[in-house]
Amino acid sequence: MKKQLIIAALVLVVVGLVPLTSVSDYITGVLTMVCFYAVFAMSWDLLFGYAGEVNFGPSFLIGVGAYGAGLADADLGLPVAVCIAIGTLAAVLAGLLLAIPALRLRGPYFGLITLVAVLLLQDMIEIFADTTGGEIGLSVPDVLAVSAAVNFYYAFGLMVIAGAILLAVANSPFGLILQAAGQDPVEAQALGFNIVKFKVVAFAISAFFSGLAGAMLVFYLGTASVSAMVDVAVGIQVIIAAVLGGRRTIIGPVLGAAFLVGAGELLRPVGQMSGFIVAALALGVILLVPDGLLGALRGRLRA
Amino acid sequence: MLAVQILIDGFAISALYALGALGFTLIFGVSGVLNLAHGAILVTSAMVAWYVGTDSGGGAFTGAAAGVAAGVVTAFVTYGLVVRPIQRSKAIPGVERELFVLTGTLLWGVMIQILLADVFTTTPITVEQLVSGTIDIFGVRTAANEVFIAVVSWAVLGLLWLLVNRTPAGRRLLAASINPRALTLVGVELDHVHLLAWGIYGVIAGIAGVLLGSFLGTSSAYIPALTGTAFAIVVLGGLGSVSGTVIAAYVVGYLETLTAYLVSPSWRAVPALILLLAVLYFRPQGILGRR
Repeated sequence: MKKQLIIAALVLVVVGLVPLTSVSDYITGVLTMVCFYAVFAMSWDLLFGYAGEVNFGPSFLIGVGAYGAGLADADLGLPVAVCIAIGTLAAVLAGLLLAIPALRLRGPYFGLITLVAVLLLQDMIEIFADTTGGEIGLSVPDVLAVSAAVNFYYAFGLMVIAGAILLAVANSPFGLILQAAGQDPVEAQALGFNIVKFKVVAFAISAFFSGLAGAMLVFYLGTASVSAMVDVAVGIQVIIAAVLGGRRTIIGPVLGAAFLVGAGELLRPVGQMSGFIVAALALGVILLVPDGLLGALRGRLRA
Repeated sequence: MLAVQILIDGFAISALYALGALGFTLIFGVSGVLNLAHGAILVTSAMVAWYVGTDSGGGAFTGAAAGVAAGVVTAFVTYGLVVRPIQRSKAIPGVERELFVLTGTLLWGVMIQILLADVFTTTPITVEQLVSGTIDIFGVRTAANEVFIAVVSWAVLGLLWLLVNRTPAGRRLLAASINPRALTLVGVELDHVHLLAWGIYGVIAGIAGVLLGSFLGTSSAYIPALTGTAFAIVVLGGLGSVSGTVIAAYVVGYLETLTAYLVSPSWRAVPALILLLAVLYFRPQGILGRR
């Protein structure tokens, strides 16, 4: 574990230095998106890998964060930091409101609710198109920063902090109980743990970082839109990143996000089929190496 | 007049919803699989029916037959390529299998969605109607196709009921949903039962897809919402309960029709989704579910 953390830290330092060299803004931009997707995927992994709940609506949390922050900026003209705080808070509250009843139940209910939540949010954005910009999207007057490098460091900082906190949570006693709740709920309850409470807290943490990253993404892209933040396809990208990288590792989803965003750029010439290739790869990973890239690497190191 | 119109339209769409969600319930009941590629299978059938029947000029009936065949093939591929390997995988711990089936079928659905958009078209299409003309019902001019859809949907529901309750193969399906281990103990090969279930599922989904395509039109972009609707109806009715699914389909169908007529078509899906949330709060086992 220690060895892996050192490797991870070294990789982070190297990646963190990239924008200081004379790479193009394009590369910096791609790395920025990797950071955002890494936060989405890590947050998702806390629920899937540890709590054993599959959230089909990461884009609900991202979208509420994004539109919450975007509306606060476009309609109320609040400072960017306040807007981001509002978006994050909205994501946590909306997420909890929807998820608490489903987290009380065993079975596929949580998955269904999160899927329905995305569809509902998408409907709402289109119904209230006058306020939300509908299909065109909502442009915001403010940006995180003008320079590509500074934007990168915002996203990079977010990824490092979120990663550190999520890793700490996952490896704490709390994380262990969460794993127990996911893998053997009956025994975990028999040991006296209120597993629903643990899952709700895990979901809140996940919602916090998803919403925060979604809110910041608005001020990086300059617009909140269904296609970039809310669509079921966005959520599926997050799921693919986490599954490819390796569930129950937190670090794995970062690798997965880097792979996903990188593949998306490299496969641009094949058009929409790039999504097919990436989804097929993720399905292959699920079938053949369910522990993902990092899980497979770890297995090899041990053997 | 509007009331009769809502009654008729709601009845047809609800019957179609019942048929659309039926396969989803069947597979869950028999093998515990929630197939999130369900919407993709429906739309595949509709797309193939449109391609063969309309785009290549094969005629409505040839198209419909091709569509149903496509549904069966896609169902078997889903089972053989995605569901069965996950269920058999030694690398996936038993408790996580359900999560992996959900995630795997979701990804598979995405792959189908992209493939359909690439091979056929991204613009919404309408499958040619098997019957044309209009019928006068209590003074409301109704498309004959709407009546046809309601009749076919109920006929398939009835046939499935007969199959499950009156034939040996159907009884095995029922037994597999109640106690699969005991079924293997009396010497029935569970694999055969599952293959049968996926075959029936493919036929039902194929018919539902073709009818859906001829009634509301379809597009690969509708796939997530279709899967969501089927999933919602099935949970609303109570997971694994066929009669619950039918009742829930009527609740959702009429809610949507009422909203579309009385409020606005863009609000159509909202009340049903909110009802679903309320049900999860107060009666998570659904209308007729077993706990």
